[in-house]
Amino acid sequence: MTDHTHGTHEVGEIPPANTGVIWRTFWILLGITVVEFTLAYVMKSGGLRTSFFVIMTLVKAFYIVGEFMHLKHEVKSLIWAIVVPITFIVWLLTALLMEGGSIFQLR
Amino acid sequence: MAATVTHDTRTTGSDQAFDKKTWMGGVEPMKVSYGKLMMWFFLISDTFTFSALLVTYGLIRYSYPSWDPAIFGEVFKFSNLYWPTPEMVYASVPFLHGINAPLIFVGIMTFILIFSSVTMVLAVEAGHRMDQADVEKYMLWTILGGLAFLGSQAWEWSHFIHGTETGTTITEIINGQNVQRTIFGANLVENQYGPPAFADLFFFITGFHGTHVFSGVILNILIFYRSATGMYQKRGHYEMVEKVGLYWHFVDLVWVFVFTFFYLV
Repeated sequence: MTDHTHGTHEVGEIPPANTGVIWRTFWILLGITVVEFTLAYVMKSGGLRTSFFVIMTLVKAFYIVGEFMHLKHEVKSLIWAIVVPITFIVWLLTALLMEGGSIFQLR
Repeated sequence: MAATVTHDTRTTGSDQAFDKKTWMGGVEPMKVSYGKLMMWFFLISDTFTFSALLVTYGLIRYSYPSWDPAIFGEVFKFSNLYWPTPEMVYASVPFLHGINAPLIFVGIMTFILIFSSVTMVLAVEAGHRMDQADVEKYMLWTILGGLAFLGSQAWEWSHFIHGTETGTTITEIINGQNVQRTIFGANLVENQYGPPAFADLFFFITGFHGTHVFSGVILNILIFYRSATGMYQKRGHYEMVEKVGLYWHFVDLVWVFVFTFFYLV
């Protein structure tokens, strides 16, 4: 019982919610997704549309990782510990897409 | 008890001999707790797994021709000769049978997952304020979003496996003769929408992501239960919500990439 009264006592001390940044990030993510959607309908598929999609996906990733996962507000060493290994993926992507193109040529 | 006391004097004391920059214990390297740091490192390894899957998609996609009206005919139809155009494959919405609605359902799924990510971050924010009622409320919304996404994915898989009403007629060479056969839907060996590899990648990538969503929902239920029973209130912090939140946002992040590279490009 004392536990319970203690709990209700604390309720009065809860500071108000501060959710401005969260909702702003949500609207940005939603907006980008809507633009992607529109482009999928309006533009013909091709290199230009694909590069638009890639850029917008990276922007969305930046907001999710930076704001939702809070990485933007962590110390520099943690940010770099997470971001630097990602560069390996860029290499993997380049290598394997070239490989795929070469299989296409040989078929 | 004695250990805690020395710990306190080492971190907060004015003893300048203790260098906080070295990893000698007593301080949190990178200013995050052990659990959060390990969650980050786990997510990095998971990033590599998902990247490998998506890059493999790119490799196989590039090794096939794409549909070209000049070669394969003006009207798009499914064929195992070329890679299908995604909006032709994913063009159905539940309860709207026979209506061509390209990418609409995937768009709804994307919205559900992004929104559940928002409720998750709201739960984390409530945890910082030690607001137990708000943590419970937003965790419930997050669980609901996760379940809604899983349900949508189950419907999409079912539709993909059963196929369209007309199916696709393919020509095979059996014992030196051309044999025509109509196939419906897709499995791991044959696929009405395009080359079999297309269906394999669909099942592997969305399946692996769905497994992550599923385990995320289980973790969210656990966190909801523990906050509802007041465990974190007693503990004095809601850091577990943050750790599971990191995982949940990662699942959302992966979906952003799957959405782009599987459904849009």
